[in-house]
Amino acid sequence: MSTTAVQEQEGGPAPVDPQSAKPARAGRRSLASYLAMPVVLAIVLLLVWWAVSRRELDSAEQERLSFSYIVGLTQDHIVLTVVSTVFVLLIAIPMGILLTRSFARPITPPAIAVFNIGQAVPTIGLLAIFAIVGTFGLGFKPTVIGLVAYTTLPVLRNTMVGLAQVDASVIESARGMGMTKFAVLTRIELPLAVPVIMAGLRTALTINVGTATLGAFIGADCLGRLIVSGFSGNRPFITTVGAILVAVLALLVDYLAGIAEDVLRPRGL
Amino acid sequence: MTDTKDAAATDSGAAPDGGTIAIRLEDLAKRFPGEKELAVKDLTMEIPQGEIVILVGPSGCGKTTTMKMINRIIEPSSGRIFLDGEDVTKVNPDQLRRRIGYVIQQIGLFPHVTIADNIATVPKMLGWKKERITERVDELLEMVGMDPGKYRDRYPKELSGGQRQRVGVARAMSADPDVMLMDEPFGAIDPITRDRLQNEFLRLQEQIKKTIVFVTHDIDEAIKMGDRIAILREQSQIAQFDTPERILVNPADDFVADFIGRGASLKRLSLSRVRDVELHQWPTADEGSSHDEVRRTLEGSDKSAVLLLDDQRRPVRWVNAEHLSRSGGGGELSGVGLPPEAMVQPNATLSDTLNEMITARYSTAIVVDSDNAYQGIVDIDTINETVRSMRRAELGRLRDADGGSGEAEDPEDEDR
Repeated sequence: MSTTAVQEQEGGPAPVDPQSAKPARAGRRSLASYLAMPVVLAIVLLLVWWAVSRRELDSAEQERLSFSYIVGLTQDHIVLTVVSTVFVLLIAIPMGILLTRSFARPITPPAIAVFNIGQAVPTIGLLAIFAIVGTFGLGFKPTVIGLVAYTTLPVLRNTMVGLAQVDASVIESARGMGMTKFAVLTRIELPLAVPVIMAGLRTALTINVGTATLGAFIGADCLGRLIVSGFSGNRPFITTVGAILVAVLALLVDYLAGIAEDVLRPRGL
Repeated sequence: MTDTKDAAATDSGAAPDGGTIAIRLEDLAKRFPGEKELAVKDLTMEIPQGEIVILVGPSGCGKTTTMKMINRIIEPSSGRIFLDGEDVTKVNPDQLRRRIGYVIQQIGLFPHVTIADNIATVPKMLGWKKERITERVDELLEMVGMDPGKYRDRYPKELSGGQRQRVGVARAMSADPDVMLMDEPFGAIDPITRDRLQNEFLRLQEQIKKTIVFVTHDIDEAIKMGDRIAILREQSQIAQFDTPERILVNPADDFVADFIGRGASLKRLSLSRVRDVELHQWPTADEGSSHDEVRRTLEGSDKSAVLLLDDQRRPVRWVNAEHLSRSGGGGELSGVGLPPEAMVQPNATLSDTLNEMITARYSTAIVVDSDNAYQGIVDIDTINETVRSMRRAELGRLRDADGGSGEAEDPEDEDR
């Protein structure tokens, strides 16, 4: 809506009304579309709760499907996701910045190849190797390492693409006015790369939420526990509940990351 | 070290014609990594203060590289650069660039900050006070003809191409640098807007008197904008460095003559401005005068119409005999006649004026001052006289040159 107003002005000699030219908060969505996802997720959770409460649970199910146990696992799952994503950010963004500097041009392809390996190897395989080799023990630590290895590449790639797509003339004019290289990076390049970097981060978060489930195979506390114990104890109901909860959490995280994208996108883009 | 610097400072202190040298390039050369040929080869050049010096030449001749070595966006491989007599070849490039305005063809406004913040980039780096910056931003927006209240808080994408260009110029002038570098600043703009911006910029330059190095590949733009033009060939070798007039009249060699192209006489018209020629007068009458007065004025002249002026002497309408008789005798003249067109200001070039007049009524361009008050008219005779007197002058000069060097060719050659 407001975007069309802006586009119309592009050709014209003078934008007419400053009000109508208010910078479009890019990606602004209607309130309804903002509310739709949480409402749907809430309904799904209610249905799960209803299904669990009206079913006669045996002792194994009672233990696994108790409210406090599930909340605990959810918290663990979120911690696993957040911690691994923070590590991804700490590795991939500085790496992406370094690899896009002109002095790093010769080492860019091999560096990307290394990160490619991380993503090419299936996480489950990586986790299995960690468990067998046992270098990192079992549980939380190897799972985080596996997740980081897997999702660094998308964030790294997006950081690099985000920085590379910044208009060269914008950088040249900034340098030409006497901005230091560091100022150009922090005040021009990074802000302009934020939308693309955020998209990569959103991808990483969503992958991490889903993939963290696999941590259950090597003893990490997460919602994957429900799925695994449902299988091993031959309780498909537990598996189903676990799977639904992971899906709900993944959708919620993606939804929140989407909002963060909208909020962090610089005005004027 | 100090000695050479001092020597250089005095060396480059004064131009041959008495003016001050703002920029001096000394044996400047650039070899890009992996290239066999030099992009710029041993260029020595002096740029006088307060002038627009145009670097013009075919693509790949190294003109842009040359310009970008002045603020060391491209570091020279060898040679030295002096700014106001100071050797800046080795000074901190970021500090250096804050002293030099820089405008590029794509403008490169920062899309994520407002127009005001874009313009304030350099003042902020220089640590100006907030109030001073705000004041300066508004002043600059006014200077480039944009309402500060309206545009200050907008983002670049909300502006038209021409407006962005103006903001680009305002941004380059923000810290009031003595020197500005402009790389095809009007290159990416439609012809009509380009023409307007060029005129605006020339008007602005009359006030600000910056030293400007301006790169273009368009010889017409060079002739219009330049106080001096350096025509460059391969490796930024100067083929001719002179005033536009002298380049048009007396091209140094075939390369320059080729580059100027045909129609040098027409091009010369963009060198003369309306204020340089003697204006003719046209019968005028006050808007409030009666039919009879106007008719008498008309009959007393050899023209077929009278130009009506309002109380501030601004042209309002053309009235001819037919208008007068059709509107009946007596009474006020309001609404009678046709609106004036082809009004030009004294700083318009004759070329623009000719263009206006060709389509105008009575083949006449009305000259008005900056308050739109009537000054006189320019007609085809004026243009004709000017062209002829320019040719006479050039013939005289060529005859002198001929005696000296014997190089000059038939000056009329280029017009055939």
